[in-house]
Amino acid sequence: MTEIKFDYFINGEKEKWEVIIGLEVHAQVLSKSKLFSSSPTKFGAEPNTQVSLVDSAFPGMLPVINQFCVEQSIKTGLGLNAKINLNSVFDRKNYFYADLPQGYQISQYKNPIVGEGEVVLDMPYGTKKVGIERLHLEQDAGKSIHDMDPDNSLVDLNRSGIALMEIVSKPDLRSPEEVNSYIKKLRSIMRYIGTCDGNMQEGSLRADVNVSVRKVGDKKFGTRCEIKNVNSIKFMQMAIEHEARRQVELLESGKKIDQETRLFDTKKNVTRSMRSKEDAHDYRYFPDPDLLPLHLDINLIDKLKKELPELPDQKKERFIKEHNLSSYEANILVSEKEISEYYEEVVKKCDKKLATNWIIVELFAVLNKKNLSISQSPVSAKNLSALIKMISSGKISGKIAKGVFEKMQIDDKDPIQIVEKEGLTQQSDPKELEKIVVKVLSKNKDKVTQYKSGKEKLFGYFVGEVMKLSKGKANPQLINQILKNKLK
Amino acid sequence: MSNISELSLTKIINGIKKKEFTSEEVTKSFIDQSKKSKKLNTYITECFEEAIKSAKNFDKNKNYKGLLSGVPIAVKDLFCTKNVRTTAGSKILHNFIPTYESTVTNNLWSQGAFLLGKLNCDEFAMGSSNETSFFGNVINPYGEKLVPGGSSGGSASALAAGLTPATIGTDTGGSIRQPASFTGTVGLKPTYGRCSRWGIVAFASSLDQAGPMTRNVEDCALLFQAMSGYDSKDSTSVDTKVDNYSSKLTDKVKGLKIGIPKEYKVDGMPKEIDDLWKKGIEYLKDAGAIVKNISLPHTMYALPAYYIVAPAEASSNLARYDGVKYGHRAKGKNLIEMYENTRSEGFGDEVKRRILIGTYVLSSGYYDAYYLKAQKVRQLIKNDFDKAFHDVDAILTPSTPSSAFKIGDKTNDPVSMYLNDIFTVPVNLSGLPAISVPAGYDKNNLPLGLQLIGKAFDEQTILNLSLAIEKRADFNKNFKVWWI
Repeated sequence: MTEIKFDYFINGEKEKWEVIIGLEVHAQVLSKSKLFSSSPTKFGAEPNTQVSLVDSAFPGMLPVINQFCVEQSIKTGLGLNAKINLNSVFDRKNYFYADLPQGYQISQYKNPIVGEGEVVLDMPYGTKKVGIERLHLEQDAGKSIHDMDPDNSLVDLNRSGIALMEIVSKPDLRSPEEVNSYIKKLRSIMRYIGTCDGNMQEGSLRADVNVSVRKVGDKKFGTRCEIKNVNSIKFMQMAIEHEARRQVELLESGKKIDQETRLFDTKKNVTRSMRSKEDAHDYRYFPDPDLLPLHLDINLIDKLKKELPELPDQKKERFIKEHNLSSYEANILVSEKEISEYYEEVVKKCDKKLATNWIIVELFAVLNKKNLSISQSPVSAKNLSALIKMISSGKISGKIAKGVFEKMQIDDKDPIQIVEKEGLTQQSDPKELEKIVVKVLSKNKDKVTQYKSGKEKLFGYFVGEVMKLSKGKANPQLINQILKNKLK
Repeated sequence: MSNISELSLTKIINGIKKKEFTSEEVTKSFIDQSKKSKKLNTYITECFEEAIKSAKNFDKNKNYKGLLSGVPIAVKDLFCTKNVRTTAGSKILHNFIPTYESTVTNNLWSQGAFLLGKLNCDEFAMGSSNETSFFGNVINPYGEKLVPGGSSGGSASALAAGLTPATIGTDTGGSIRQPASFTGTVGLKPTYGRCSRWGIVAFASSLDQAGPMTRNVEDCALLFQAMSGYDSKDSTSVDTKVDNYSSKLTDKVKGLKIGIPKEYKVDGMPKEIDDLWKKGIEYLKDAGAIVKNISLPHTMYALPAYYIVAPAEASSNLARYDGVKYGHRAKGKNLIEMYENTRSEGFGDEVKRRILIGTYVLSSGYYDAYYLKAQKVRQLIKNDFDKAFHDVDAILTPSTPSSAFKIGDKTNDPVSMYLNDIFTVPVNLSGLPAISVPAGYDKNNLPLGLQLIGKAFDEQTILNLSLAIEKRADFNKNFKVWWI
C-alpha cells in the first residue's frame, strides 16, 4: 500500500500556499424550552407562536437560566474532551436589529462555560487532532423576513431566545476535506450525546468560517476573513476554496487582505464583502446584571460524566479490539449514532465480521440506491441478523442469502419464513449430497477420465453440475470434499 | 368623611376591619382628595372607577385575611400593571398597556389592596426632582415652587398630600429616600434581592429595588412585609424568609450600636443638616443606643462610580425601546432611520444623556478605564460597609445634603443635581437596606430626613431605630393645604 499524504495546497502563479481554517459552529441545544424562558422550541411552528414576554423583551421582563440547557452544554463539553469551567458569566452583547428584541444578545464573552478541548479526525493520511478553543452558551435571535411584504420587513420571534452552543475551533484545519470531517465529527458527537440534532437544513447547525492563507513553510498566520452564513458542508467547502484562491490572488499581486466579514454567494460561487473591520460593531460586552454568575457543582459534572453514552471514538476502539474490525470498517459503523445502533443490534446474535460486510456492502448499497438513511432501512436489524445467522450456521449459502435479502426488502419480511416457504435450505446431508455427486459422475464418465488424466480444471464443471441438480442449495464446501474423495 | 385621607395606613386598615368606615368610603375619600389636587400633577393615570368597583366588591365580600384588606393604593408608574397603562414617565411608553402585573404590585393585591392609579416619576426613574417626566413636574405640597424630589416624586407628593394612604416606589440611587426626605414621609429601600424586580421597568438592574413609602414607620413595616418575598422569575431575588416586620416592630433599641461615618460630613454641608444629624444622634442615645464614630473611607468615590455603573446598565436596558414591538414608533425611510426618529422623539434629554454616558463607558477601549474600574470601586465601598458592620448594627447619616429645592434650580447643572444623591448612592452600590425617616425641619420649615443604613436583610433593626427617632423627633406634617 502506498502511503497517502496530505496534499491540499493552493498553487498560485508564484508560490504554494497553505490554507488555515478555523470554525465557529453554532449548534442549537436540543431542549424543549428556550435558554432563558419557558417558551417551546418546536421548529416550523406558525410565526410568533412560540414567544413569551421574555423572548419579546417586554418592559420589566427578566431572564431565568434553563438548567437543562446548562447540562446539555456541559455534556457537549465533556464529549469534546474539554475543560468545564466551574464559574462562568453571562454577558450582554449589545447591538440593534429588528429581530433582536432586547437590543442585546445574552452570550458568554470572557468566561465561557466550557474551555479548551479536542476532537480527533480520521483522515486518509492518518488521525488529525483539532483543538477546541471554547464552547459558550448564548441566545439565538429571531428571524427577519424581507420578501413577504413590498414595503415592510416582517419579524418572526419563534427562534428568539433558543439556546445555542457556540463551539469555536482553533485555527487547526487545513483543507475543505478536514472541515467536512470536523463538522461531521462534531455533529456525530452531539447526536450521540443527544445535545443537538445537527440538522443543517433546519438551521440547528450553522457555522461561520475563518479563512486565511500563508506560504508553505511560513509560521505566521495571515490576515483572516470570516465567511458568514454558510449553511451546508458543501457550500462551506466551496466557500473556503474560493476564498482561499481570492486571497492568494490578492497576495500574489502584491495587495493586502483586509480583515472583514464576507458572505458566500452560492449562485455566483464567490464571497463578497459584508462589512469591514472599521464598520465592525462595538458590542459593548458587559456582565448581564439580571443574571448571577453561573457556578457549577463538581458533583453535577461527575454525574453527567457518568451518564455520558459511549462516544464514537470509544466505540470505534471497542469495535476494533473486541469485534476484530478494521479501522476503516469501525469508522463507517460509528460515523452516525443510528448506524452504530443498527450494527450493534445486528451483531447481538450473529457473526460480527459477516454482519459488518453485509451492512457496509449490501445494506448501504440498497440505502444509497433508494436514498434512505439507516433509520429508514427497509430491512430491520433483527431480520438482517437472522439472515446472517442462517449463513454462518450453513443453513443457506451466501448466494441464496442475496436472493433472500432482495425479498426481505419488501415489508421487512422475516428471512426464516422466506427460506422455509421457498425451500431454500442448504443441503448439508453428506449422504444426500453423495447421491447427487455419484449421479453427476456417472453421467459424465468421459469427463471423469479426462480429469483423472490431468485436466483438473474440470473440477469446477462437476461442482456446477451438482449445484444445478440441487437447485443451488447444496453446501459448496461439502460438495468439494465429496467430489475430491470420489475423484481420487 | 373627608378626614379619612389624613389617616395612616394602619388606622385605615383597622378602621375598615372594625367597620368604622367601608372600603368604598376610604376609596372615595382618596379619590376626592386626588381630584382636588390636580395642581400637584401626581397622577399619570387614574384608575378611580376601577378602584370604586374593587372597593364595592371588597365591602360585599368582606375578606379581611390580607395585610392590606380593602385599601386603595396608588403606585409609581414604573410598576407594570395588567391592563393599565404603564409609562415609566416616558413618551416612548406613553401608549404601553402591559398584559401582566409586576410581582410586587401583585403581592399588594393578593394582600387585599387594589390599584388607585399610577403616579408620576422621573423618566425611567432617572432624576432627583421629578423634572424629567414626560408628563410634567410634580409639585411638593410643602411649596408651590418646590420639587418633591425624585425619581419617586409623584409617589412622595401624593403620599404627603393625602392622595394615597401609602405607596410604593423604586430606588436605584436614592429615588425613594430622597423624595421621602423632601416631603416629610418615610421611605425604605430594602436589601437588593428582597423585593422582586420582575415587571418593574428596569433602569439599572444591579441597583434597582422597589420599596414602601408611607406616612409613618409602623405603616412602612406593614407595607414592606406585604410587598416582599422571593420570586423565582427574578434570578437576583434572594430566597430568605420574610419576617413579620410589623409585629416585631419596637422602639426598644437599647444597646444597639450606631455608626456615624465621618466621611458623610461633606464640605459645604448646610449647618441645619449637621444639626439634624446631631439631633438624630441624641434621639438614639436617648433611646439607649450606643453611638460610635466609624469610617467608610471610599465614600467619596461612590457617586462617580454610580454615575458609570447606572448609565452603563441603563444604556443596555433601554435598547429594547426601539419602536419595533410596542410603545412609540416614529416613521423612517428604513430601519435605522425609524430607530433614530423613535428614540429621538421618545426619550427626554436626561435619559439621552445617560444612554450616551453608558454607551461611552462600555465602548471598547474605555471599558477598563470606566466600567471595570467603577465595579472595583463598588467592591471597595461594599467592603467598607462589611467592615463597619463588624462593629455596629446600623449607620446613621442625613438622607440628603439639603431640603427640597426649587423647580428649575438644578436642571441646567446635572452635576449639582447628581450631588443630591451623595448620601443615598453608596447604599445602592452595596445592596444594603436603608430608610429615610422625617426628623426635623430646616429654617424654611421644610422637612428633613435622617437615613439609617442596615446590614443586608436586617431591615427590622433600621425600622426599629426609625421608630425610636420618629417618637422623639416630634415631626408633624405642618404645611398648609394651599393647592385646593
